[in-house]
Amino acid sequence: MSLAATTPHFKDNVHEALTDARLQRALPHARNFIATRAAAAARLPEFEALRDSARAIKDHTLAHLDLYLETYERKVTQSGGHVHWARDTGEALAVILDLCKARGAKSVAKGKSMVSEEIGLNAALEGAGIAAVETDLGEYIIQLRGEAPSHIIAPAIHVTRDDVEADFRRFHRELPADRDLTQPEQLLAEARAILRDKFLSADIGLTGANFLIAETGTSIIVTNEGNGDLAQTLPKVHVVLASLDKLVPTLNDAAQLLRVLARSATGQDLSVYTTLSTGPRRPGDPDGPEEYHVVLLDNGRSAMLGGQFADMLRCIRCGACMNHCPVYHAVGGHAYGWVYPGPMGAVLTPSLIGVEQGGQLPNASTFCGRCEAVCPMRIPLPNLMRHWREREFERHLTPAVVRGGIGFWAFFAKRPGLYRFATDLAMRALHLIGRSRGRFAWLPFAGGWTRYRDLAAPQGATFQARWRAKSGAVR
Amino acid sequence: MAESEAVKPPIRVGLFVTCLVDLLRPSVGFAAVKLLEDAGCKVIVPSQSCCGQPAFNSGDRPSTQAIARRTIDAFAGCDYVVAPSGSCAGMLAKHYPELFVDEPEMAIKATAFAAKCFELVSFLVDRLGVKRVSARYEGVAAYHDSCSGLRELGVRDQPRTLLAGVEGLRMVELAESDVCCGFGGTFAVKYGELSDAIVTRKSAKIDASGADTLIAGDLGCLLNMAGKMQREGRAVKARHVAEVLAGMGDDPAIGEPDAGAAS
Ligand code: SF4
Repeated sequence: MSLAATTPHFKDNVHEALTDARLQRALPHARNFIATRAAAAARLPEFEALRDSARAIKDHTLAHLDLYLETYERKVTQSGGHVHWARDTGEALAVILDLCKARGAKSVAKGKSMVSEEIGLNAALEGAGIAAVETDLGEYIIQLRGEAPSHIIAPAIHVTRDDVEADFRRFHRELPADRDLTQPEQLLAEARAILRDKFLSADIGLTGANFLIAETGTSIIVTNEGNGDLAQTLPKVHVVLASLDKLVPTLNDAAQLLRVLARSATGQDLSVYTTLSTGPRRPGDPDGPEEYHVVLLDNGRSAMLGGQFADMLRCIRCGACMNHCPVYHAVGGHAYGWVYPGPMGAVLTPSLIGVEQGGQLPNASTFCGRCEAVCPMRIPLPNLMRHWREREFERHLTPAVVRGGIGFWAFFAKRPGLYRFATDLAMRALHLIGRSRGRFAWLPFAGGWTRYRDLAAPQGATFQARWRAKSGAVR
Repeated sequence: MAESEAVKPPIRVGLFVTCLVDLLRPSVGFAAVKLLEDAGCKVIVPSQSCCGQPAFNSGDRPSTQAIARRTIDAFAGCDYVVAPSGSCAGMLAKHYPELFVDEPEMAIKATAFAAKCFELVSFLVDRLGVKRVSARYEGVAAYHDSCSGLRELGVRDQPRTLLAGVEGLRMVELAESDVCCGFGGTFAVKYGELSDAIVTRKSAKIDASGADTLIAGDLGCLLNMAGKMQREGRAVKARHVAEVLAGMGDDPAIGEPDAGAAS
């Protein structure tokens, strides 16, 4: 089954992440994307207009998703491929395992796919005695380490170069121990050499998809290493595993989305490799797989259509929201406790695994709005997180202390006369206690604040009391 | 602009003082009054409590709606509603209309109300055309862009423009000035450890800027940053932009003892 979520223990995860010195050394990498994205956006005068257009393309697709899904299936079939519909994780795994077993597959070469993480594919394959070979360098590194991705486009961003060197020396025992691995290129070359053998021997190649194109039945993936090409052209069978929100109507639409995708993600104009695949190899084609399968996963997405969280289905998984998120910067991706981290994960996780499990994430936000400001698809991430908080409140899932506190405060806030009277008394009293130091290092009921920082003492009477006294005197 | 032309002088500005200023630092409210009056406005202060953000961001929509209704009524007689806070002004100007999507009549009212709500400094500069204030402040200051003001209301250049005209004040660059300080209202308490990690970084950036004064337009963020810097023993003074612009920079800074009360 899919990855067990530690999201309910988010606060513990945060504590662990903040006290993990090794992780804290690696985390600043995520900030590097901020400047590259800003530069890429600045280089393209029509970038903001492209974002509008990208949003419109996805909104249109989602409004007519049934139509485009049917067209897509027809086109895939016409080109000689097969579409398998999977309602949930169980169905998706069953389809993939059946495909593997029927072909006696011993190993599957994988391109990077977050949906495969969502359904826990590697564990399922291994449970069936099939090796899952990650071909993306970052994915390969975390697979060696037995970890999950901590970022949707840079899965090993929580790992430093030194860690990778140590891991390679630990796992690649067949190589000379005294080899030089000080340069990132040397690490890449070593991984390439090892992976190439595995590509060649894999029975099945499995990739995700950035876009599925209804018009032609094509799937598109973008990578910077070209591993996607190899994973899908070398083995005899190519399986595309994608969720249904990846659909777009036409190649032209996909091209527009590609223009915002890489710029928003890494700040590149375009990823190094953009690979399109349509059906199996045709007679006369120089290469390509003999079979082409698409596993289309729903897993709760169709239920989001037309609802409060439908905007989230526009997401193209660029990662810009997490690259700009102060919470993500502080703790990294693993603390979020399930597959999708950062602001997009904070909205998507409760949609996919339930708000009882995922409810911590939309609460753990300052609503600084930087994610929304950079999201190429203009997804109102803070508003969507707030909607989750509303759902929790309606269903009485909000912690009793918070609910009680808000209720107490709201009682006064709704009654300005009483509020003015009570607050004025309270502030005068606090002022008398706090004025000699000007601030409190500790206050009852404010422990959550004063544990970490001082709290300024009030100046005395409230503004409203002073104002009324003053204007009363004038009149 | 059409709207401001329609308003006959003197412009009646309702000051939405914000609950934090009302309770903890009334001097910011008086600074706002001075700035508005100097710019020719007539300032009124209707009886008020809070904009409702704590309830709104805790998912308590019914309480938020009740508070919003009261606030909208309380300010009915004002040409404009101005708050010395981007966060509260953002709540009034951007989120009040969203609260009533299911109540057409109220939605119209809330939208009309939202259109007359502004953050103080951007109101002075963008609406009233203020280019310079007469104020003096001896110091080297860094400016932090509070999130809601910056991203919901486009408050960025306006405070810098006016601060540039303050005599004796030298402004320095604050690295990552547009990055959240980790306050986030109830977030600072509910996720104290996370909030602390974020504000610790902010505190280090402020220190690295070489400024002796931190200026921002939101008291919530200022309390957070000042509280952290004071806990860390840093000597940077934190002040609200309105206080500096109103020439009230000699009063005790945030979290400092009363003049004469120091032990
Ligand atoms: S929510 Fe927006 S910014 Fe975040 S990954 Fe999706 S498209 Fe990118």
